[in-house]
Amino acid sequence: MGVDHRKLGMWAFLGSEFLFFGGFVTAYLLYLESTAGGVGVEVFDIPFTSISSFVLLMSSLTMVLAHHAHTRGDLRRMRLWILATAGQGMVFLGGQVYEFNVFYREGLVLTDSPFASAFYVLTGFHGVHVFIGILMLLSIFVFSLIGKIKPNQHLKTEMIGLYWHFVDIIWVVIFTVVYLIPEIAVL
Amino acid sequence: MSSTQAPEHTDPAEDHGNHPTPRKYVHIAIVLAVLTALEVSTYFFDFGVIAIPLLIVLMIVKFLYVAGWFMHLKFDSRTYSRLMYTGLFFALGLYILVVVITLFDSAWTP
Amino acid sequence: MASSTVETKGFKGRPKGESGLSAWITTTDHKKIGIMYFVTVLVFFFLGGAESGVIRAQLAQAEMDLVTAEIYNQVFTMHGITMVFLVVMPLSAAFFNYLVPLMIGARDVAFPRLNAFSYWVYLFGGIFLYSSFFLGGAPSGGWTGYAPLASDAVSNMAFYAVGLNILGVSSLAAAVNFIVTILNMRAPGMTFMRMPVFVWMSLVTNFLLLFALPPIAVALFMLNADTVVGAQFFEPASGGDPILWQHLFWLFGHPEVYIMILPAMGIVSEILPTGSRKPLFGYAAVVFAGAAIGFIGFGVWAHHMFTSAIGPVARSAFALTTMFIAVPTGIKIFNWVFTMWGGKLRFHTPMLFSIGFVSMFTIGGLSGVTHAIVPHNAQQHDTYYVVAHFHYVLFGGALFGLIAGIYYWFPKVTGKLMDEKLGKVHFWTWLLGFNLTFGPMHMSGLLGQPRRTAVLPGELGGTVELYNLLSTLGVVVLIGSALVFLFNLIRSIKAGQAAGDDPWDARTLEWITPSPTPSHNFDAIPTVTHRDEFWHRKYAEDDAGKVVRVPAGASEDHDTDHEGEHIHMPDPSYWPLVQTLGVFPLGYGLVYLNFWLIGIGVLWMVIGLYGWIIEPLAEGDDDEPEDAHTPTGAAAAAH
Repeated sequence: MGVDHRKLGMWAFLGSEFLFFGGFVTAYLLYLESTAGGVGVEVFDIPFTSISSFVLLMSSLTMVLAHHAHTRGDLRRMRLWILATAGQGMVFLGGQVYEFNVFYREGLVLTDSPFASAFYVLTGFHGVHVFIGILMLLSIFVFSLIGKIKPNQHLKTEMIGLYWHFVDIIWVVIFTVVYLIPEIAVL
Repeated sequence: MSSTQAPEHTDPAEDHGNHPTPRKYVHIAIVLAVLTALEVSTYFFDFGVIAIPLLIVLMIVKFLYVAGWFMHLKFDSRTYSRLMYTGLFFALGLYILVVVITLFDSAWTP
Repeated sequence: MASSTVETKGFKGRPKGESGLSAWITTTDHKKIGIMYFVTVLVFFFLGGAESGVIRAQLAQAEMDLVTAEIYNQVFTMHGITMVFLVVMPLSAAFFNYLVPLMIGARDVAFPRLNAFSYWVYLFGGIFLYSSFFLGGAPSGGWTGYAPLASDAVSNMAFYAVGLNILGVSSLAAAVNFIVTILNMRAPGMTFMRMPVFVWMSLVTNFLLLFALPPIAVALFMLNADTVVGAQFFEPASGGDPILWQHLFWLFGHPEVYIMILPAMGIVSEILPTGSRKPLFGYAAVVFAGAAIGFIGFGVWAHHMFTSAIGPVARSAFALTTMFIAVPTGIKIFNWVFTMWGGKLRFHTPMLFSIGFVSMFTIGGLSGVTHAIVPHNAQQHDTYYVVAHFHYVLFGGALFGLIAGIYYWFPKVTGKLMDEKLGKVHFWTWLLGFNLTFGPMHMSGLLGQPRRTAVLPGELGGTVELYNLLSTLGVVVLIGSALVFLFNLIRSIKAGQAAGDDPWDARTLEWITPSPTPSHNFDAIPTVTHRDEFWHRKYAEDDAGKVVRVPAGASEDHDTDHEGEHIHMPDPSYWPLVQTLGVFPLGYGLVYLNFWLIGIGVLWMVIGLYGWIIEPLAEGDDDEPEDAHTPTGAAAAAH
């Protein structure tokens, strides 16, 4: 078919990931009101989550700029953007940890209700994906420093970019379907 | 092998010459930011019945922008798009059916 | 900035051994990996067979207490898991591995190290599952793991949840690998409609895996959280919905049925034309029927849930789709029959097993159609009628087809033939034992014998007892038959008759190369001009339209001017093995909720991944090696 193996494999994998997150979103939607008398969607802090969502969205911009710099062979600028992307990812992840802590203190406990289980496991798995993404970003940063990634190997940045954008896309969906719509529909 | 200075290497199979510029990327990011602001505003202002449809439309638009431009689906081999949309199609189709079956059932059997 | 010296003195050298143990455990050769899959499957097959022996011994007579109910539940659960996940699926994977690159004219798969990774994850996942027998008891909640029984501690399902997820990672990595291989690495001229049907069915199967594995991964993670952490996904008391488990499980479980049967259909579609000396009847119809099965296979899952709370509309809709999927299956059966019609049939063992496949699978398919009728289904649900049905399609279907494939490609792998006389003994006893075991279950099931009960209730009466005794006798025959097969296999490996390069007068590309296959597969990558390329190189039509043999050497595959051409084969690597060892601490950590173990496992796998990435490249003739790279491996490992 004349395309790169790795990119084709990555896309196949991402195609399957839609069904992975879809399953958790389904469970979450079915359990929106299965709070077992405990805390429900009212616990969400939309302004706070909006900011972290925005940070993750903008990390896609820096990611694509990193790839763009790499296609031009500009490893120095590529590293800069990679670092910016990883930094934004960490801000997002930090926000998620903070958010989980607040929710927990306000009574949303994983083992209390199907709603809590579904929320934590869904967003937790997204967080794991972001974490893996950060790990890959930092790796490519180090590898480009020691010369393991060469200026003409922009495909590697592109692959990590695909993964990163995918994680971002999933959050676009989660932000709307998990946070915003239930706030309107349930409350 | 050794490359001390970055060569202007472009892969001919990869590049169709119409890859967007950083400027274009920034424009898209601004659009995405505005759309996100619109999304968040549904929380602060009452949009009534159009709130949920609006949110879904905005989500789809953002999705398409990121996938099309940042993930290069607009410029790349169509095989990639097909793979992604097949996964998306199955995910949407199957899980919506699951939700519908579950809701219908609980509506009909007391 | 970048300098080339780093690359040549990498983290650790790559292994070089050509033979011996280290050559096997470090191999990235698709053929060796295929053989390793096969040998491992053989071990698990006999374990699963032993478990079925226990089941049948217990049910030989009414009210027996040979084993306790606890042991019985563990044994039937592990029998199901073993046969589905550790035998039929990986046996298909063995065939994918060995044959797909050969059939499409490639020298290896797209990601050789990822391929080794898949194998090791499969092996360790199997060992992990079986270790549960020594760690407080194997899972005992049935292979379908229905909640809320499964989330109760009594059924030990944590090992099931984690073990199947490990095996899922293996299958997902393999699916990505084979999809890319088939889409991207076909020899010049090998268009989609010239691909052998087996390759087509492999492609469809791997797409099914790609899209069917995530739903069960989701379900298993939820079950894992329920059993180990105390989450409430399937806990009715707090508002959880056990039906959600059923949906997620069968969203995977039904495509899984086709994941198991399609490779066997592909194998049979290769053997029947060869054994009939005719091209496959209606190639395009077989291919499109296969693709249609794959597609519709996603839309019938709820027919496993007709007696669950899904409502009358869903029942009617899924009854319709279920009947609809019988259509492409029927098309295939007609095509196989018409392939044989008017052919010059040769009844060698692979052919016998293929014909056995077609007939037994048809019986299983027909009883399957009876399940589609909702009221009928309600009567049969959870009886031995269902057990009879799925053994007819999985044993009479998938396993017959796969065994046919073993006999058929054994000469390709070893250069020797399997003994025909023993093969025929194997086939006839296998057919007899199979029908004796599972035929009576139709009747005992319709008479009301329930599945998954440790004791055959005496109140069902003498007729049901007689049927059960017959089933048990059938298993005795099957065990004898399996031993004949094993003996034949070992003896033929040691002292089989030399096969030559083309023992069956075959049609597809894998027979162009010598047997056993040289490590680089093809001296020169063949250029494909026809469907059934090899046949067209051997035979041509004369002016009267009669098929005549082309004199040897006349075809274009005898070019010997490839000397001096440098064939670059993927290097062996320690890292897939080293990295996947991390699934043990990770797996046990998830079962016992020990964060230290989980941490060690994750760290181990990440370090293994870095070893994998940093590994020096072959000879530096390739700036970007054709190898698996970080993201696919890392992200797959995350599941």
